[in-house]
Parts: sequence; C-alpha cells; structure tokens
Amino acid sequence: MGKTTAEKIFEAHLVEEPFPGTKVLRLDVVLCHEITTPIAIDDLIRRGKDRVYDSARIKAVIDHVTPSKDTKTATQAKILRDWARRHAIIDFFDIGANGVCHALFPEKGFIRPGYTVIMGDSHTCTHGAFGAFAAGIGTTDLEVGILKGVCAFRQPKTIRFNVTGALPTGVYAKDVILHIIGRIGVNGATDRVMEFHGDTIDAMTMESRMTLCNMAIEAGGTSGICQPDATTVEYLWPFIKDEFTSREAALADYSQWRADADADYDQIIEIDASALQPVVTFGYKPDQTKFVTEMPDSPLDQVYLGSCTNGRLEDLRIAAGILKGRKLAPNVRGILSPATPKIQQEAMREGLIDIFMEAGFCVTNPTCGACLGMSNGVLADGEVCASTTNRNFMGRMGKGGMVHLMSPATAAASAIEGRIADPRKYL
Amino acid sequence: MKTFGGPILFLDRSDINTDEIIPAKYLTEITKEDLRPYILEDLKLSGFDPKGPRTENARVVVSRANFGCGSSREHAPWVFEVNGITAVIAESFARIFRQNMFNCGMAAIELSKADLDQIFSHSEDADAAMNIDIETRKLTVSGGGKTREFSFELSPFDKALVLAGGWVDYADLKY
Ligand code: SF4
Repeated sequence: MGKTTAEKIFEAHLVEEPFPGTKVLRLDVVLCHEITTPIAIDDLIRRGKDRVYDSARIKAVIDHVTPSKDTKTATQAKILRDWARRHAIIDFFDIGANGVCHALFPEKGFIRPGYTVIMGDSHTCTHGAFGAFAAGIGTTDLEVGILKGVCAFRQPKTIRFNVTGALPTGVYAKDVILHIIGRIGVNGATDRVMEFHGDTIDAMTMESRMTLCNMAIEAGGTSGICQPDATTVEYLWPFIKDEFTSREAALADYSQWRADADADYDQIIEIDASALQPVVTFGYKPDQTKFVTEMPDSPLDQVYLGSCTNGRLEDLRIAAGILKGRKLAPNVRGILSPATPKIQQEAMREGLIDIFMEAGFCVTNPTCGACLGMSNGVLADGEVCASTTNRNFMGRMGKGGMVHLMSPATAAASAIEGRIADPRKYL
Repeated sequence: MKTFGGPILFLDRSDINTDEIIPAKYLTEITKEDLRPYILEDLKLSGFDPKGPRTENARVVVSRANFGCGSSREHAPWVFEVNGITAVIAESFARIFRQNMFNCGMAAIELSKADLDQIFSHSEDADAAMNIDIETRKLTVSGGGKTREFSFELSPFDKALVLAGGWVDYADLKY
C-alpha cells in the first residue's frame, strides 16, 4: 500500500509513538508571531525553561498589529523582540521588514517540501502549498516546539481532492477553496489533511496554491497539501541553488514527498473547476457560499484587500487590473494591506499602488490589521465589508460587523459598484 | 491534576468558534487572569447571558458539533480555565481547540448526539450538574431530580496529559 504525502512526512520525522495513534514528530521549523508567542515565552520563563531548541529553526515576526497601536500591543511586540535578541534568533522580522507571517516566511524560502512546520496560528496550513506538513497549534504546543523541537499529533487521515479543468475567466484559487468548503462544510475535514491534486492545481502558481491551502482550516483541515513539482522548485530556486546541482536534481529529490499512486485515502472528492463561477460567502460561516450571480443585492461599507489569503503580488495585480482607471463607489471605503514589504515595493514599482490610490484606496503598511479586527479598518456595528480574507465569523472584523469572503477580483469589482459584484464584466 | 465537574453551562448550537469564546481584541492581554471578564462575550444565543449567573457558576460547558473551530488561540481554553470551567462536552471538536484543552490539562470529551440530547434535556433544570470521573471514564449528569450516567472515550495520551497537568512538563522530561 502506498503512502500519502502526510504519511511520508510523518514517517520521516517520527521521534516516537508514546501511545497508539499519537505521534511525536521532529520539527523542521517553528514559526512565531507576537500574539500567541508572548504568553508561551512568559510561561517558559516562569517555569525556569527560557530556552530554545535551535535558534536557526525558529523564525519570528511581529505582524498582527504593527506598528503597535497601544501599550498592550507594544508590550507584546517588546516581549517577542527581547526574546528574539536574547536567543539570537537570526530570522526575526520587525518593523520595516515585517509582513503577514504566512506570506513572509514562504517568501524568505523557509518552507521546503517534506518539512514539518508549526505555528501558534490556525492558518499555518498555508505552508502545505510547498508539499510540507504545516499545522496550526496552540500556545502550549508552541511552547514545547520552541523548547524541544517536537510536537505530538494524532496521525491525520487524508482526503484527496482531484481538481480538474481550466479555471474560467474570473475564477481563481480563492473561488476553488470557497467552493470546496461550501461543499464539505466547516468541519468536513476535521482531523484530516486536504491533499490537492489535478491539472487545475498543477497549473497554479505557488501564490495560488498558498491561497488554496490557507483556507484548509476553514473546513477543519489540519493541513492543506499540494504536490511538490517544477513550479515549487522554480519558486524555491533562489534559496536552494547551492543545495542542488540543477533544478532537475531538486525536483527529483522533492518528488519523494509526492503521494504514491496507490495511497490510501479517507475520501476522494472530484471537483470540476471548469464549472465554477466566482464564489462569495453570505453568512457568518465560511461554508455559507453562493456563486456571485446568486447573491441578493448586498450594499457595502468597506472593501478590504490583503491578508495571508490574498495579499500577495498576484492578488494585487488582479485587483489593480480591474480597478485601473476606475473609482471606488462613493458609499465604500477601500483599504489595501499588501502582505509583505517586498510585495508592497514590487507593487509600487509596477504602478499598482498608484492604481489603487487613484481609485480611492487607502494603502497601509503590511500587517494583519483589519483581518482579525484589531487595527487598520475595524468595522462599526452593522457595517458590511467585502474582503479577501479567510474568516467571516460574526464580529471578526469588528463587533457587529459582517464580512463577505471573496477573491481579489470580486472584491475589486465590488469596490467599483459599492455592492457585491461579478468581476467577469470587468475582465 | 485539575478537578472536573460541577454546574453545567448549556450552549445549544454547533460551530461555536473561538472568536465567540474570546474575541480577538482581547488577545493583547498578557496574563490568563486578565481574560476572565470576557468569556463568551460575543456569543449570541437565545437565553444565553455571558454575564449571567449560569455562566458565572459553570464548571462544565455542554455544546454541540465542531466546538472551538476557528483560530488557534489557546486563550479559548484559558478563558474557561480562569472562570473555573475545566471540561467541555460536545459532539465533536475542532482539532486545535481539543488539543489545546488537553495540553492545558483540561478535558474535551466527545459524546454521541443521542447522549447529548439526553444531557440537553436538563438545560432548563436550575440545578443541572455533572460529575466527571477521568479514571473510570464516566459522566454523571443530574438535575430536576433525575440522574443519568454516560461513558466516554479518552485516548491514553490525552489521559496522560490530564494526569500530568499538561504537555510542557511532560515533554520537557521526556524529549
Ligand atoms: S492575515 Fe488574518 S488570517 Fe492571516 S495570519 Fe493575519 S490575522 Fe491570521
């Protein structure tokens, strides 16, 4: 019997199985941000265990609220900063170099096929786009990860998604994943890995694959996983060119993590991507989805472009393509938070930032900001936002506020019309 | 080891997420204790009052499917812990929430829908309470003059975490 990607990674990283079904894995990278790490640091200090297992394998960023907005967020940033200095964490990203964790860390080349990755953040599943097993965990698991470089998991089963067909105009990775969540439900993949296959995925850029894997957790998934291929190697090449003699050699090595043809799956789900239309959420759960054409008239107060789901250069290019030469509707505010400084700078060079600003958008520095309702665009009670983020929970972007999740293209079209709109007429 | 059992807080809905358990704006608190007043602040559920006596007295939460979905924040188990709630009983849990509970030495116990329906039949009883025995894996629910018993599953690892009081000391000793 063959193995899934996650099974191969589990086998290669197994430290021990202390109890049947519970596997303690060695970790390749432990990622940290300033919201969930300070309490772990504080607890380690109180236990007299203020140590790190390997300062080169721990990466940290201040990203959720940056620059700090008040004394409390400044204190969180300071705890992380002081700790990073104390333990000589080389890859620590502070103001000027910081961006949304799940966009920044891959951009730095920290994630490789076959890796085990944890972070005290549910959207850690994003990194599975590289063929890694990447899982969000809580602060206690993070604490042990920092201290010992291990984490315990119940071996997850795997659901295989065969996504086939060319994406129609106006339909993107975000629509695919929203559609999948709508189909299997918010706990349709609980304790499962979502392994993505098919020519639709093969044709996707790494950015799109990250968007896809990012929302695995919204279906309850432990990790989203794509198969490492030539696209993965090409993305990583600047970081791995000294490790391999050629791209072919890298591909041959990384291919060991591809699922076997005869692997055993918990479920196999077929998705015909060519039949999709732009997808939008309508309620307070990510599985409440409709095609944009089925949406009732939905006026908006705000449009938000950014986050670890859709704040990458590809997303900004798509949205700017629609917004070029057009203006925000008078009833909406537009906010763009590019996910990393590199993305922001590149968007500036390409003239995308000009397009957004001429359309009437406010462009912020890279940060999570409004995505979790902490800063840079929190909604007032009763307000509605069209957003490229990943969570539409009640109150997520501000108490009493409502969020509709959608692709950058749908968000851009909606910004122009001031209500949820079909992007296809602008393409 | 923590103590388990006492008055029940009934939350009769599926998919209660961690933003409802503890809103993101309180994630800037540095100590667990500071979270105490904000328990379930954003949860809208008919008959539920986050500041009411039922919430205040509760030692156990009983809910439905996919409890604790959403963010990885361990603040969700912590806000229960500092309010004296050490166990959540539900039809199913989101993975991270469930693991966080056990990592903190708390209990996240799954029961069938049929068992939960029986427990929910006590939701109007002012004296509804639960006794949880981790050793024998038995729950006793009482209220309105009735008592019912249920058994539950607990993996050896989860049980070891509960007995050890959490994962940090357990792991530091072992690895
Ligand atoms: S952008 Fe939003 S979802 Fe992504 S890490 Fe930041 S807060 Fe979490």
